[in-house]
Amino acid sequence: MQQLKTFVMGGVHPPENKLAEKGAIQRLDPPKMAAIPLSQHLGVPAVPVVKRGDQVLCGQLIAKGEAFISANIHASVSGKVTKIDTVTDTSGYRRKSIIIQVEGDEWLEGIDRDQGLVRECSLDAREITKKIQEMGVVGMGGATFPSHVKMMVPKGKAAEYLIINGVECEPCLTADHRVMLEKGEELMVGIGLQMKALGVEKAIIGVENNKPDALAHLAKLAADYPGISVQALQVKYPQGAEKQLIKALVNREVPSGKLPIEVGCVVHNVGTAVAVYEAVQKNKPLIERVVTVSGSSVKNPANFMVRIGTPVSQLIEAAGGLPEDTAKVVNGGPMMGKALNDLEVPVSKGTSGILVFTGAESIRPPEQNCIRCARCLTICPMGLEPYLLAALADKKRLEECEDERIMDCMECGSCLYICPSGKPLLDHIRVGKNRVGKMIRERG
Amino acid sequence: MNELLNEITLFSVVSLGAIGGVAAIVLFLVAQKFKVIEDPRIDQVEELLPGANCGGCGLAGCRALAEAIVKAEKLEGFNCPPGGSDVMQDIAKAMGWEAGESTPMIAVLRCSGSRELAPPKVRYNSLMTCAFAHTLYAGEGGCPHGCLGCGDCVTACTFDAMYMDQQTGLPVILDDKCVACEACVKECPRNIIEMRKKGKKDRRIFVSCINKEKGGVARKNCKVACIGCGKCVKECKFDAITLQDNLAYIDYDKCTLCRKCPPVCPTNAIHELNFPVRKKKAEEAPATT
Amino acid sequence: MKVLTVSGSPHYHTEESVSKIMYGVVFSLVPAMLVSFYFFGLAAILVTLTAVVSCMAFEYLIQKYLIKGPMTIFDGSAIITGVLLAFNVPANLPLGLVVIGSAVAIGMGKMTFGGLGKNPFNPALVGRVFLMISFPVQMTTYPEPAAFSTRITDVVTGPTPLTIIKDGVSRGQEISSLLPQIPEYAQLMMGNLGGSVGEVSAIALLLGGIYMLIRKIITWHIPVAFLGSAALFSAIFWLVNPEMYPDPVFHLITGGMMLGALYMATDYATSPMSPRGMILFGVGCGLLTIVIRLFGAYPEGVAFSILIMNAFVPLINRGMKPKRFGEEVKNG
Repeated sequence: MQQLKTFVMGGVHPPENKLAEKGAIQRLDPPKMAAIPLSQHLGVPAVPVVKRGDQVLCGQLIAKGEAFISANIHASVSGKVTKIDTVTDTSGYRRKSIIIQVEGDEWLEGIDRDQGLVRECSLDAREITKKIQEMGVVGMGGATFPSHVKMMVPKGKAAEYLIINGVECEPCLTADHRVMLEKGEELMVGIGLQMKALGVEKAIIGVENNKPDALAHLAKLAADYPGISVQALQVKYPQGAEKQLIKALVNREVPSGKLPIEVGCVVHNVGTAVAVYEAVQKNKPLIERVVTVSGSSVKNPANFMVRIGTPVSQLIEAAGGLPEDTAKVVNGGPMMGKALNDLEVPVSKGTSGILVFTGAESIRPPEQNCIRCARCLTICPMGLEPYLLAALADKKRLEECEDERIMDCMECGSCLYICPSGKPLLDHIRVGKNRVGKMIRERG
Repeated sequence: MNELLNEITLFSVVSLGAIGGVAAIVLFLVAQKFKVIEDPRIDQVEELLPGANCGGCGLAGCRALAEAIVKAEKLEGFNCPPGGSDVMQDIAKAMGWEAGESTPMIAVLRCSGSRELAPPKVRYNSLMTCAFAHTLYAGEGGCPHGCLGCGDCVTACTFDAMYMDQQTGLPVILDDKCVACEACVKECPRNIIEMRKKGKKDRRIFVSCINKEKGGVARKNCKVACIGCGKCVKECKFDAITLQDNLAYIDYDKCTLCRKCPPVCPTNAIHELNFPVRKKKAEEAPATT
Repeated sequence: MKVLTVSGSPHYHTEESVSKIMYGVVFSLVPAMLVSFYFFGLAAILVTLTAVVSCMAFEYLIQKYLIKGPMTIFDGSAIITGVLLAFNVPANLPLGLVVIGSAVAIGMGKMTFGGLGKNPFNPALVGRVFLMISFPVQMTTYPEPAAFSTRITDVVTGPTPLTIIKDGVSRGQEISSLLPQIPEYAQLMMGNLGGSVGEVSAIALLLGGIYMLIRKIITWHIPVAFLGSAALFSAIFWLVNPEMYPDPVFHLITGGMMLGALYMATDYATSPMSPRGMILFGVGCGLLTIVIRLFGAYPEGVAFSILIMNAFVPLINRGMKPKRFGEEVKNG
C-alpha cells in the first residue's frame, strides 16, 4: 500500500455525501434554447464574432478571446442566433450572452466524434498550446483560468512537475471521479500532451483515498504511460486547492502572492486534461462538460454530460425534478459554490455541480459571540487568523488586514464551516479582501 | 527626639525638593526639545467647526480640515457639509478672508424598490452588510442596481439622520437631521444615494431609480423602475431632464420645480418631496417618501 | 416558484455549536464531581449546586436588567463557571460566600466585559481569588476527606499537603520528615487528600481532560506545556535540594495543578489563539505556579499564575502569530 500524503497545515473534514459516486456519466440532450455567456472564464470577456440571425453549427467559434487572459467560446448547439443579450448568471447579475435557438444537432466538419482513442500526436509544444487556446479550454475545476496561459511558462522559470488535480475534495461532487473512471485513457493521453507542451518529464495525479476505484484504475493505466504517476492522498478539505495540492504531493510551499510555477509546478484539473485531449486529438472545442446533480432530497443523484448553455432547471429535471422541500440550489460544491438566484441560469465551463439543499440544510446557524476557541485559526490551510481578519475587516482597518495577509485567503470556507458560534467570518474577510485589493490597486 | 524629627523633616524636604527640581529641569528640557510650534489659528478654526469628525470634507476629521484650511490660507476648495455656508462664513470672518456662498445639499435615496413594489424572489441569509450582499447577488428583488436593504448607509450616518424602514426594507433620510456629510453616499456600494440641492422650501423633484437596464428588464423586477421611455424629457421645458442608458436624470441646477414631469411618468419613478398636495388627479401622484 | 435562499459559501456547517462544546466540558467534569461527592459528601453537592444556580441567576439578572441583551444562560458557559468556582473552594465554605463568589465571577469576571468570549480573565478564578483575599480563613480551612459524609458543619478540618510542606519547610523541617503526614501518592491521585471540592482527584480530572482532547474541545498544547514546564522546573529544584523542595510528581498531583492545567488555563476566551502562543502561555503558567508554591506567601499558586498569564494573552496573541503558509519556502 502506498503511503498516503496530505498537506500539513489546517484543513477540515466536512461530511462527504458523494451520493452520485456510482452513477455513470449520462449524456443529456441539447436544450431547446442555449444561452452561452461571453464570460465563462477568468479574465476579459470574449468578443462575439456572430450576429443576430446567423446560423451556427455545433463547435463553431462564436466569440473570440482577444485579450491575453481570455478564452474562445464555441457554439455548443447548432441553430440560429436569436439575440445577443444579457442573461442572469450565477450571481444574479446580468451578463452578456449569445442565445441560440436550437435546430437539430449538426456539428462542424473536422471534429472527430469517434469514441476511439488516439494516442499519437505529431504536433510540437507550441502547436499544442495554440490548439488548446483555439479550442477555448479553461480550468474545469471551477476557477476557469484559461488553460493556454498556464501552458506558457514565463521566462526565467522552468516547470518541473505537471500536477493533475483529481482530488475533488469538495463534498457531494463526483464529476471528476467519474471522468477518471470512464475516461482514464483519454486523461492519460491528455496529460501526455500537456507534459509535452510544458516540457516536463514528470506528472503526478493526486487522488484522495475516498476514490479507491479511480486510484486503482489510474494506477493500472499509468504503468503504460512513462512519467505519469498516481499518488493517493488522505481525505482532507481543501486538498484540491493548488497550493495545498503542491504541498501535499511534492512538499513545496508556493510563496505568498506567487503562482505555482514559482516552485516549478503547473496544476491542471483532470477535466481539463481530458478537454485538452479532445481539443488536440479530436479537434473538439470545449462545448460540453460533466456536471454532478446531487442533494439529500434529489431523486436520482447523477452525473450528466451536458452542453454549455443548458439551463440548470433542465439538469434538475433530468435528475428527477426539483424536490418539494428545496430551499437552496448551489452551483459548484457546498464549500465554495454559489447559491443560485434563478434556476434558468445556464451551465458554463466552470459548472462542476448543481446541488439541491432542503430547508434545514440551507440556513446558517444563528450568530453568537465569538468564544475565541481558535478553531478557525487551527484549521486555516493558509495559516491565517480568520477571527482577527474578520474583526479588522469589519472595522475597516485595511492596512492591518494587509499586514495580516488577508490577500492570502483563498476563500475555501473552512473557517465559516468550523465556527461553532456561526460567525460569518468568510463574509467579513471577502469584504475586507475587496477593500484591500482596491486600496492596493489605488496605491499603484 | 525633637532633633531627630527635625533631621528627618529636613532630610525629606531637601531630598524630595532635589528630586522635584531635577525632574522639573528634565521635563523642561524634554519639552523644549520636542516642542511643536503650531499655528494658533488652527485651534481657532477647529473651534468654529461642528466637531462631528464626520469626514464629509474628505479629510480625517475637523482638526485635519482646520489644519488644511490654515495651511492653504484660503477657503476655496474646502467644504464643511454639516456646517454649511454659515460655518465657512464664520471662519472667513475670524480669519479675515472672503467666503463664497455654498448651496445647502441633502442626501436623496434614488431607489423605491420596496418589498411591495419589487417583491423578493430570493431570501438572503448571510452577513447583513450591503458591501457583502453586493458581491454576492443582485438583491432580493432581483434588481442589480437597487437598494440591498442591509443598512450600511444607516450605520455610516453619524447624525442619526437615517433609519431602516422595516416595512419597505429601504432606508429613510430625515430632512431635518441630514447635514449632507456624504458618509452614506460613500458607503453605498451601488451609489444609490445622491447629494442634491435642498431646494426652495426643501422641495425636490428627482428620478427615484438608477436602473440602467432596458425598460422591460427593469420593469420585470420592480414596478417603480425608470424604464427610459423619455416622456418626462419631452414634458420638460427647461432641458433639465436627460436620458442616458435607459435612465432619466433630472439636473437639479436646471430644474425649476414646475411639477410637470411627475404625472407623466408611467411608472411613478419621479418623486416630488415637500410639495402641497395636488388638487386634481391626486391619486396619480406618487407617494412621497 | 419557490423562494430560494441565497447565502455566501460555504453551504455546509459543522455540527458543533457553542452550547454543545460547553455541555461537553460540563460532561467531562462529571468524574471529578463524583469523586468530590464521594470524599466531601453532601457539603460538596451543596456547594456545587449553589455555585451553579447562583452563577446562572446572576447572569440572567445582569442580562435582563443591565445589558438588556439576548439570553444566553442556557448555552452552558455559566454552568461551567459555577462548577469550576465550586471546584475551587473548600467544601465547607459557607454557602453565602459561594453566592458572593458567583456574583463576583459572573458580574465582575464575565458580564462587565460583555459576556461570553469577551472576558480577559477566567471568571471562576476571579471569583476564587476574590474569596481567597477577602475571606482567607474560610477559604483555607479544608475539610478532611471522609467517604460519603453527610455532615455539613463541624467537619474535621486539616491542612492540605501543600500547606504541610510549605509550613514545614518554613519552620526548617526537612521534607522527608514531613512526608509521613501526607497520604501516599496513589491515594493522592485518587483524591484522598484535603483540598478544594474538585481539585483533589488527579485521575478523575485527567479522565475528563482526555475526553475533551478526544472530542477536540481542547488541544494538547496548554495542558502539556503547563504540566511539563511545572514538572521540569520543580524537578530542577528537587534535584538541587530534595529536602527543601518536593519532587515533581508531588507538585503535579496536589493542589489545583490538574484542574488548572486542564480546565482553567484552557478556557477559550482567556487563553491565546495560536498553538505557539498556547505553548508559551502554558509554560508561563507552569513556571509561575512553581515559583509561587516554592517562594511565595501562599502555598498554592495555580490560580494566581493563570490570572497573571491571562493578562498577557492579548500581548501573546499579538506576538505569537501562527506559521503562515508559504512563509518559509521549503523545497524537498
